[in-house]
Amino acid sequence: MKAFSGKLHIQWTLVCFLTPVVLWLSLLIVLPHIDLLLMSFRTEDDSGRLMWSLSNYMLFFREPIYWLTFVRTAVYSILVTFLTFVIALPVAFYITKVAAPRFQGFLTLLLLLPFWVSELVRVYGWMILLRESGVINHFLLKTGILDRPVEMLYNDVTMIMGLVYTSMLFMVVPLIGVLESLDDSLIEAAYDLGANMWSILIKIIIPHAVPGIVSGSIVVFMLTLGNYLTPNLMGGKNSLWFTEQIYNQFIASFNWNQGSAFGFLLLVLSSLVIWVGLKLTNQKLSKVVK
Amino acid sequence: MIRSLPNSRTYTLGFKLYIILYFSFLFAPLLVTCILAFNDSQFPALPWKGFTLDWFLANVPGRVGIFHDRINLDSIWVSARVAFFVTILSTTVGTCGAFLFEQESFRFKQSLYFLMIAPLVIPGVILGISILVFSNSLGIFFEESWGLDVRLFGPGFWLVVLGQFSFISTLVTLVVSARLKKFDRTLEEAAMNLGANRFEVIWHITLKFLRPAIISGAAVAFLMSFENFNTTLFLVGPEATLPINLYLQVRDGSTPVINAISFLLILCTSSVALTNLYFSKKQV
Repeated sequence: MKAFSGKLHIQWTLVCFLTPVVLWLSLLIVLPHIDLLLMSFRTEDDSGRLMWSLSNYMLFFREPIYWLTFVRTAVYSILVTFLTFVIALPVAFYITKVAAPRFQGFLTLLLLLPFWVSELVRVYGWMILLRESGVINHFLLKTGILDRPVEMLYNDVTMIMGLVYTSMLFMVVPLIGVLESLDDSLIEAAYDLGANMWSILIKIIIPHAVPGIVSGSIVVFMLTLGNYLTPNLMGGKNSLWFTEQIYNQFIASFNWNQGSAFGFLLLVLSSLVIWVGLKLTNQKLSKVVK
Repeated sequence: MIRSLPNSRTYTLGFKLYIILYFSFLFAPLLVTCILAFNDSQFPALPWKGFTLDWFLANVPGRVGIFHDRINLDSIWVSARVAFFVTILSTTVGTCGAFLFEQESFRFKQSLYFLMIAPLVIPGVILGISILVFSNSLGIFFEESWGLDVRLFGPGFWLVVLGQFSFISTLVTLVVSARLKKFDRTLEEAAMNLGANRFEVIWHITLKFLRPAIISGAAVAFLMSFENFNTTLFLVGPEATLPINLYLQVRDGSTPVINAISFLLILCTSSVALTNLYFSKKQV
């Protein structure tokens, strides 16, 4: 009797916890994405009725502007992920292994602070710095390095820098996490045996940091690929970022079927790259996200 | 190399220089934004024309400070309301999720867990459009089946709340799960032996233990919601949230009022973040 009632109670809590979670995931994640997929395979015929067709996807492959933007976005996102890693690794290494222990907490805090502020504010800050009437131009003119202002916004280099800046945190934090667990004595031993800095980096630090590198890269890649704000404001009209094509189809042309197809292609690309990344490094998503 | 090993002078100096450069890179845009909020000029640019609080307080034609700027104040209020509801919803569901994945066992748990972390790897823009498309389909379905015109299904306040909730819940689940993992389950057994039922145990013991994690999850949820742009962009109706409203202003030229808002935002978010950090450190 006792065992029976105990079992019944456990079932009740399961129902209580399961219901909201299942509602959330089915209504806001699973069904919307199924609907998005269905939507992308439909198109209006001449009389305005919806019918099944592949034409949304055909248009993507037929028009170079679409698939070139797609490829460009993918390549730039990979580049941004790589650059973020290269810049973040020394920072994470310095904070965990080189800086005096009493500064560690302070430096980590300093690192996190800018990322609590809205992305829009950060991008706006860069715009004030870089634009033709911006702060950097002002100083360059004053010191006589330039004799007339240069527009530093609205080009690919600035856009890449903005994207690296925006996603920096999501690389630094996992790297700090893994490097903290790296035993100093491994590096000391390698040093005593005559290893130079480069081989310590390649043979000890990076292999140990793989889980952090993978989880940082996944998040940075996904955020960069799906970013609309930074390419739009810092890249301007030349940014040619794929999310802008999606936005244009949805909001400007009001062609939701076409926009759904683009959205789905972006989702497939993002999932595919993440999956390949996990497979190559032998990691599991559920482990990496933690 | 590291602290415990002898380092050459150039190595230490070079590394320090790199870190200083890195932090300047990190803080330069924020610092400049804040300073220019106090410049007595019509444009957020140098030269420095003297200190003023006009961009906060003034209310004369051509120079309306943030505290008198109706449109921006309204959008701050919208954002605060959105963030409030997102926080309540996602903290509740996220806590349920943490209990579900840490303490319960059921079939398909692995698949459901996988689904739960999926929102973290789905780009925000895609979340936005898929929820927009789905709610629109639901709206059409309701209208055609029962002739009901449900306002909820159109872009607007509640759709923004749902869109942000869809991925913020994942974050809260992960934050609360991390603490629930450390929970000593013999405490629950002891309470059970003393006659408490499962709900009483959860209410009096487990939730007490989880409180710091739930509070910090709620703080994260509030901040994430307040600053969200990518998902909100597609779901927003006539009531613009602050990031959307600022985006429209920045795109079409800018005034120092945006600097003033940014300054206040930086001040508020960093104090929320710092308080949150302080308390989570204290509780460990």
